[in-house]
Amino acid sequence: MPVNVRIPTPLRKLTNEAELVQVNAATIGDAIAELQNRYPGIQDRLVDENGEVRRFVNVYVNEEDIRFLQNQQTPLKDGDEISIIPAIAGG
Amino acid sequence: MDKQPGFMKALKCRECGREYPLTATHVCEFDFGPLEVVYDYDKIKGALTRATIESRRKSMWRYRELLPTAGEPTVGLEVGFTPLIKADRLAKRLGIRELWIKNDTVNYPTLSFKDRVVSVALSRAKELGFTTVACASTGNLANSVAANAASAGLKSYVFIPSDLETGKIVNSLVYGANVVGIKGHYDEVNRLCAEIAGKYGWAFVNVNMRPYYAEGSKSMGYEIAEQLGWRLPQHTVVPMASGSLLTKIQKSYQELTKLGLVTDSKYSVHGAQPTGCSPISVAQKAGLDFFKPVKPNTIAKSLAIGTPADGFYALKVMKETGGAADDVTDDEIREGIRLLAECEGIFTETAGGVTVGVAKKLIASGKIPSSDSAVLCITGNGLKTLDAIMGHVGQPREIRPSLREFEAMLESENKSAISA
Repeated sequence: MPVNVRIPTPLRKLTNEAELVQVNAATIGDAIAELQNRYPGIQDRLVDENGEVRRFVNVYVNEEDIRFLQNQQTPLKDGDEISIIPAIAGG
Repeated sequence: MDKQPGFMKALKCRECGREYPLTATHVCEFDFGPLEVVYDYDKIKGALTRATIESRRKSMWRYRELLPTAGEPTVGLEVGFTPLIKADRLAKRLGIRELWIKNDTVNYPTLSFKDRVVSVALSRAKELGFTTVACASTGNLANSVAANAASAGLKSYVFIPSDLETGKIVNSLVYGANVVGIKGHYDEVNRLCAEIAGKYGWAFVNVNMRPYYAEGSKSMGYEIAEQLGWRLPQHTVVPMASGSLLTKIQKSYQELTKLGLVTDSKYSVHGAQPTGCSPISVAQKAGLDFFKPVKPNTIAKSLAIGTPADGFYALKVMKETGGAADDVTDDEIREGIRLLAECEGIFTETAGGVTVGVAKKLIASGKIPSSDSAVLCITGNGLKTLDAIMGHVGQPREIRPSLREFEAMLESENKSAISA
């Protein structure tokens, strides 16, 4: 199902500067795979060698951190908004 | 972009080591790791001696070679060099041989340690040509950005959780800052600011300016060492929100040692959190090197960061230095505030109550041995969080302006004191 993904500044070189990308995906994991299909190399930036979301990457679905949901298994529905945000900020 | 980098060399990713130019950027493009300022320590060693430092005015900028501006600082020249108080009465109450209070409740101009980081961030922001500055804040940072931006003639936007203490909200508004209250907790404010920072060309002190900003915290450590007579304390207890201050205290001690300004000695850095937001403390006590984010629920709102950006590094520092972490309940926080006030005449905000409460626990459990000496970093002023303590410190007695009534009051109190 179509969902919107907000791309953070450090990754926009990979998305031809696109800030907002629409993908079809049933879960967060699917969305990352779909991004990788469209923008090769992006997966490595988000996920480590064990397949886990990198520790300095935060992923949100409709403003909720996926670590409070079901991580990469978090289900998506039509029109959901995914934000990928560098964890290092604030304090 | 920068013709005169001063004593800075580059920004460098703490994770993978990739280097970046000294611009307004805070994360590595490759792995999102935090960027940190790299200095030319050989050049600093030639320029900075104890005598040079001691000849300068008493502000944090007496260590300016170790702070990340290219030229002379332009914002917050009077910030820092707050008192280091020998706290004999509190030492006795907590059961430790020697105790010191680093008293940033009287930091200039906004009564918290945040003036240190803001002074650096705004000086650097001006060097990089910014005219609007901003921050995501639990309150103290907002106050400091608002005040220092006003005095520097910069426009400011400060973003805070909308349920902050009244004192902290008024203390931002009065300077004419654009104050935006977000209906959510700090981590949500932070996420929004990361998105805004990517879109608007502003200097967000703790987002795109974070590598410079965070370095300002080191000045607290330099001052502690100098005020102790150029030596490192055996124990330093530091409140943890993002964990940044704790990591920068260690960095300051490492730098002073590397530069030969203090002799190499063993020190431990300990971390303090409120139980209602204790992701770092819980991980430290469980012996983990990673933490689980939490949703905060504590009166220590200035420490209410559930996803602490420097949590991993704070855990590493405690491990490396033999430090420990602990956390205290809301009641223990209030007790800590009262202990510091009653023993030393210092009124701290809730974060200081956390630090005192945790120090008490670490001393009681022997993690800080009672025969040692410790410094507590007290980072903010109690007048800003009156809401948290109101109703817990008693009430004034009211009488008519009559000597007879006063004497009757004293007599009845003496009687009840004797019978008690």
